Amino acid sequence: MYIHRFPGSSMWAELDSLQREMNRLFDNSFSYRRRSAPAFPAMNIWTNEEGALVTAEIPGVDIKDIEISVVGESLTLSGERKPEAVNDNEVVHRQERGFGKFTRTVELPFPVDANKVDAVFDKGVLKINLPRAEEDKPRKIAIKAG
Amino acid sequence: MADTEKMIETTKEEAALANDAERTRDCRCYVPRADIRETEEEVLIAVDMPGVDENSVDITLEKDVLTINGTVNTSAPANYSPAYLEYGIGDYQRRFVLSNEIDRNKIEAKVKNGVLSLKLPKAAEAKARKIAVKAA
Repeated sequence: MYIHRFPGSSMWAELDSLQREMNRLFDNSFSYRRRSAPAFPAMNIWTNEEGALVTAEIPGVDIKDIEISVVGESLTLSGERKPEAVNDNEVVHRQERGFGKFTRTVELPFPVDANKVDAVFDKGVLKINLPRAEEDKPRKIAIKAG
Repeated sequence: MADTEKMIETTKEEAALANDAERTRDCRCYVPRADIRETEEEVLIAVDMPGVDENSVDITLEKDVLTINGTVNTSAPANYSPAYLEYGIGDYQRRFVLSNEIDRNKIEAKVKNGVLSLKLPKAAEAKARKIAVKAA
Protein backbone atom coordinates (compact mmCIF):
# COMPACT_ATOMS: atom_id res chain seq x y z
CA MET A 1 0.00 0.00 0.00
CA TYR A 2 1.49 3.26 -1.03
CA ILE A 3 0.86 5.96 1.54
CA HIS A 4 1.36 9.34 0.09
CA ARG A 5 1.89 12.34 2.32
CA PHE A 6 0.15 15.20 0.59
CA PRO A 7 2.21 18.35 0.31
CA GLY A 8 -0.98 20.21 1.32
CA SER A 9 -0.83 18.78 4.86
CA SER A 10 2.02 21.09 5.71
CA MET A 11 -0.18 24.00 4.66
CA TRP A 12 -2.87 22.98 7.13
CA ALA A 13 -0.27 22.63 9.83
CA GLU A 14 0.73 26.24 9.25
CA LEU A 15 -2.84 27.45 9.51
CA ASP A 16 -3.40 25.37 12.61
CA SER A 17 -0.40 26.80 14.34
CA LEU A 18 -1.48 30.30 13.31
CA GLN A 19 -4.89 29.68 14.80
CA ARG A 20 -3.36 28.42 18.02
CA GLU A 21 -1.22 31.53 18.24
CA MET A 22 -4.24 33.79 17.77
CA ASN A 23 -6.16 31.89 20.42
CA ARG A 24 -3.34 32.18 22.81
CA LEU A 25 -2.93 35.87 22.12
CA PHE A 26 -6.55 36.63 22.83
CA ASP A 27 -6.71 34.37 25.85
CA ASN A 28 -3.73 36.02 27.42
CA SER A 29 -4.80 39.58 26.79
CA PHE A 30 -8.34 39.08 28.08
CA SER A 31 -7.33 37.26 31.20
CA TYR A 32 -4.84 40.00 32.04
CA ARG A 33 -7.55 42.60 31.90
CA ARG A 34 -9.74 40.68 34.30
CA ARG A 35 -7.06 40.64 36.93
CA SER A 36 -7.29 42.77 39.99
CA ALA A 37 -4.80 45.33 41.21
CA PRO A 38 -1.14 44.70 40.46
CA ALA A 39 0.74 42.56 42.94
CA PHE A 40 3.57 44.05 44.89
CA PRO A 41 6.11 42.89 45.96
CA ALA A 42 7.33 40.20 43.63
CA MET A 43 8.13 37.07 45.61
CA ASN A 44 10.34 34.08 45.08
CA ILE A 45 9.32 30.92 46.87
CA TRP A 46 11.81 28.10 47.42
CA THR A 47 10.80 24.86 49.06
CA ASN A 48 12.29 21.68 50.35
CA GLU A 49 10.95 18.93 52.54
CA GLU A 50 11.52 20.86 55.72
CA GLY A 51 9.81 24.06 54.77
CA ALA A 52 9.75 27.06 52.54
CA LEU A 53 11.85 30.16 52.07
CA VAL A 54 10.12 33.23 50.68
CA THR A 55 12.12 36.22 49.52
CA ALA A 56 10.77 39.59 48.47
CA GLU A 57 12.51 42.76 47.40
CA ILE A 58 11.14 45.77 49.25
CA PRO A 59 13.81 48.46 49.16
CA GLY A 60 13.41 51.69 51.03
CA VAL A 61 10.99 50.37 53.62
CA ASP A 62 11.72 50.48 57.33
CA ILE A 63 11.49 47.24 59.26
CA LYS A 64 8.81 48.67 61.48
CA ASP A 65 6.61 49.32 58.46
CA ILE A 66 6.50 45.67 57.39
CA GLU A 67 4.02 43.16 58.77
CA ILE A 68 4.11 39.44 58.19
CA SER A 69 1.31 37.14 59.26
CA VAL A 70 0.95 33.42 58.76
CA VAL A 71 -2.29 31.47 58.95
CA GLY A 72 -2.31 27.81 58.06
CA GLU A 73 -1.04 27.67 54.51
CA SER A 74 -1.12 31.31 53.63
CA LEU A 75 1.40 34.02 54.20
CA THR A 76 0.41 37.66 54.17
CA LEU A 77 2.99 40.37 53.68
CA SER A 78 1.91 43.95 54.08
CA GLY A 79 3.47 47.25 54.75
CA GLU A 80 3.95 50.78 53.65
CA ARG A 81 6.63 52.56 51.77
CA LYS A 82 6.48 56.16 52.80
CA PRO A 83 7.26 58.68 50.10
CA GLU A 84 9.72 61.46 50.69
CA ALA A 85 7.88 64.72 50.81
CA VAL A 86 8.47 67.04 47.91
CA ASN A 87 9.42 70.45 49.18
CA ASP A 88 8.20 73.51 47.43
CA ASN A 89 11.53 74.34 45.94
CA GLU A 90 12.05 70.88 44.46
CA VAL A 91 11.38 70.01 40.87
CA VAL A 92 10.75 66.36 40.15
CA HIS A 93 12.43 65.19 36.96
CA ARG A 94 11.71 61.49 37.27
CA GLN A 95 9.46 59.48 39.54
CA GLU A 96 9.94 55.80 38.75
CA ARG A 97 9.82 54.25 42.20
CA GLY A 98 6.48 53.33 43.66
CA PHE A 99 5.20 54.31 47.08
CA GLY A 100 2.26 53.59 49.31
CA LYS A 101 0.73 50.70 51.14
CA PHE A 102 1.00 47.21 49.85
CA THR A 103 -0.37 43.89 50.88
CA ARG A 104 -0.02 40.47 49.32
CA THR A 105 -1.09 37.01 50.31
CA VAL A 106 0.37 33.83 48.90
CA GLU A 107 -0.70 30.25 49.40
CA LEU A 108 2.10 27.89 50.25
CA PRO A 109 2.03 24.28 49.17
CA PHE A 110 1.81 23.02 52.75
CA PRO A 111 0.70 24.22 56.18
CA VAL A 112 3.32 26.00 58.19
CA ASP A 113 4.25 25.96 61.87
CA ALA A 114 3.49 29.57 62.73
CA ASN A 115 5.54 29.51 65.92
CA LYS A 116 8.77 28.76 64.17
CA VAL A 117 8.60 31.29 61.35
CA ASP A 118 11.41 33.77 61.28
CA ALA A 119 12.20 36.65 58.99
CA VAL A 120 15.29 38.67 58.17
CA PHE A 121 15.30 42.02 56.41
CA ASP A 122 18.68 42.87 54.99
CA LYS A 123 19.65 45.51 52.38
CA GLY A 124 16.08 45.83 51.22
CA VAL A 125 15.48 42.10 50.74
CA LEU A 126 13.10 40.32 53.09
CA LYS A 127 13.72 36.59 53.64
CA ILE A 128 11.09 34.59 55.49
CA ASN A 129 11.84 31.09 56.65
CA LEU A 130 8.70 29.00 57.12
CA PRO A 131 9.16 25.52 58.52
CA ARG A 132 6.62 22.97 57.57
CA ALA A 133 4.09 21.88 60.18
CA GLU A 134 5.18 18.67 61.85
CA GLU A 135 1.99 16.77 61.16
CA ASP A 136 2.28 17.55 57.51
CA LYS A 137 5.75 16.23 56.88
CA PRO A 138 5.78 13.24 54.58
CA ARG A 139 6.08 9.96 56.34
CA LYS A 140 8.11 7.17 54.93
CA ILE A 141 6.03 4.02 54.69
CA ALA A 142 7.81 0.73 55.04
CA ILE A 143 6.90 -1.85 52.47
CA LYS A 144 6.70 -5.38 53.68
CA ALA A 145 7.12 -8.27 51.37
CA GLY A 146 3.89 -10.18 51.34
CA MET B 1 2.98 44.29 26.76
CA ALA B 2 1.99 47.13 29.03
CA ASP B 3 -0.47 44.83 30.80
CA THR B 4 2.17 42.37 31.90
CA GLU B 5 4.21 45.22 33.29
CA LYS B 6 1.40 46.33 35.54
CA MET B 7 0.56 42.92 36.89
CA ILE B 8 3.58 42.55 39.01
CA GLU B 9 4.70 46.06 39.47
CA THR B 10 8.31 45.28 40.01
CA THR B 11 9.10 43.75 36.65
CA LYS B 12 12.75 44.34 36.24
CA GLU B 13 14.22 45.77 33.13
CA GLU B 14 17.34 44.23 31.70
CA ALA B 15 20.21 46.58 31.02
CA ALA B 16 21.53 47.12 27.55
CA LEU B 17 25.29 47.10 27.59
CA ALA B 18 27.50 49.79 26.19
CA ASN B 19 29.24 48.91 22.94
CA ASP B 20 27.79 45.40 23.10
CA ALA B 21 30.58 44.43 25.47
CA GLU B 22 29.87 41.42 27.66
CA ARG B 23 30.00 41.50 31.39
CA THR B 24 32.58 39.47 33.18
CA ARG B 25 30.17 38.50 35.94
CA ASP B 26 27.93 35.63 35.02
CA CYS B 27 24.60 37.02 36.10
CA ARG B 28 21.89 39.29 34.78
CA CYS B 29 22.11 43.03 34.91
CA TYR B 30 19.05 45.14 35.57
CA VAL B 31 18.28 48.82 35.25
CA PRO B 32 17.29 50.06 38.71
CA ARG B 33 14.45 52.51 39.09
CA ALA B 34 15.47 56.02 40.01
CA ASP B 35 13.83 59.19 41.20
CA ILE B 36 15.47 62.45 40.26
CA ARG B 37 14.69 65.74 41.90
CA GLU B 38 16.31 69.08 41.56
CA THR B 39 16.45 72.05 43.85
CA GLU B 40 18.34 75.26 43.41
CA GLU B 41 21.24 73.93 45.42
CA GLU B 42 21.59 70.37 44.29
CA VAL B 43 20.30 67.42 42.35
CA LEU B 44 19.05 64.42 44.34
CA ILE B 45 18.94 60.96 42.85
CA ALA B 46 17.42 57.98 44.70
CA VAL B 47 18.01 54.57 43.16
CA ASP B 48 16.25 51.36 44.22
CA MET B 49 18.80 48.56 44.38
CA PRO B 50 17.64 45.85 46.78
CA GLY B 51 20.42 43.55 47.87
CA VAL B 52 23.10 46.21 47.65
CA ASP B 53 24.94 47.81 50.54
CA GLU B 54 27.59 50.50 50.72
CA ASN B 55 30.41 48.07 49.95
CA SER B 56 28.88 46.59 46.85
CA VAL B 57 27.94 49.76 45.03
CA ASP B 58 30.39 51.45 42.72
CA ILE B 59 29.88 54.99 41.49
CA THR B 60 32.19 56.46 38.90
CA LEU B 61 32.19 59.79 37.14
CA GLU B 62 33.96 59.92 33.84
CA LYS B 63 33.78 63.02 31.69
CA ASP B 64 30.10 63.81 32.04
CA VAL B 65 28.74 60.34 32.60
CA LEU B 66 27.87 59.12 36.07
CA THR B 67 27.80 55.33 36.17
CA ILE B 68 26.19 53.47 39.05
CA ASN B 69 27.03 49.79 39.40
CA GLY B 70 25.62 47.63 42.15
CA THR B 71 26.54 44.02 42.72
CA VAL B 72 24.37 41.53 44.48
CA ASN B 73 24.87 38.08 45.94
CA THR B 74 23.04 36.05 43.34
CA SER B 75 23.49 32.57 44.74
CA ALA B 76 20.30 30.58 45.22
CA PRO B 77 19.60 29.39 48.77
CA ALA B 78 21.31 26.07 49.40
CA ASN B 79 19.25 22.90 49.72
CA TYR B 80 16.10 24.49 48.37
CA SER B 81 14.47 23.98 45.04
CA PRO B 82 12.56 26.78 43.37
CA ALA B 83 8.80 26.50 43.67
CA TYR B 84 7.62 29.82 42.28
CA LEU B 85 9.95 32.55 41.14
CA GLU B 86 8.59 35.92 40.14
CA TYR B 87 11.67 38.02 39.95
CA GLY B 88 15.23 37.55 38.91
CA ILE B 89 18.21 38.49 41.00
CA GLY B 90 21.11 40.26 39.44
CA ASP B 91 23.38 43.24 39.37
CA TYR B 92 22.31 46.78 38.65
CA GLN B 93 23.70 49.36 36.32
CA ARG B 94 22.52 52.77 35.28
CA ARG B 95 24.22 55.72 33.64
CA PHE B 96 23.30 59.37 33.78
CA VAL B 97 24.73 62.29 31.90
CA LEU B 98 25.41 65.19 34.22
CA SER B 99 25.44 68.76 33.21
CA ASN B 100 28.48 70.84 34.00
CA GLU B 101 26.55 72.56 36.74
CA ILE B 102 27.47 69.80 39.18
CA ASP B 103 30.41 70.24 41.51
CA ARG B 104 32.20 66.93 41.02
CA ASN B 105 34.14 67.04 44.23
CA LYS B 106 31.20 67.33 46.52
CA ILE B 107 29.06 64.41 45.41
CA GLU B 108 27.74 62.43 48.39
CA ALA B 109 26.27 58.96 48.39
CA LYS B 110 24.47 56.92 51.06
CA VAL B 111 22.92 53.49 50.99
CA LYS B 112 20.10 52.44 53.29
CA ASN B 113 17.80 49.42 53.00
CA GLY B 114 18.80 48.87 49.42
CA VAL B 115 18.23 52.47 48.30
CA LEU B 116 21.15 54.57 47.10
CA SER B 117 20.74 58.29 47.69
CA LEU B 118 23.02 60.57 45.72
CA LYS B 119 23.38 64.22 46.43
CA LEU B 120 24.97 66.23 43.65
CA PRO B 121 25.50 69.81 44.72
CA LYS B 122 25.57 72.43 42.05
CA ALA B 123 28.70 74.44 41.60
CA ALA B 124 28.59 77.92 43.03
CA GLU B 125 28.97 79.68 39.70
CA ALA B 126 26.04 77.76 38.33
CA LYS B 127 23.80 78.90 41.13
CA ALA B 128 24.59 82.53 40.66
CA ARG B 129 24.42 82.63 36.90
CA LYS B 130 20.99 83.66 35.90
CA ILE B 131 20.59 85.31 32.55
CA ALA B 132 17.63 87.55 32.20
CA VAL B 133 15.64 86.94 29.09
CA LYS B 134 14.08 89.94 27.49
CA ALA B 135 11.37 89.92 24.92
CA ALA B 136 12.79 91.02 21.62
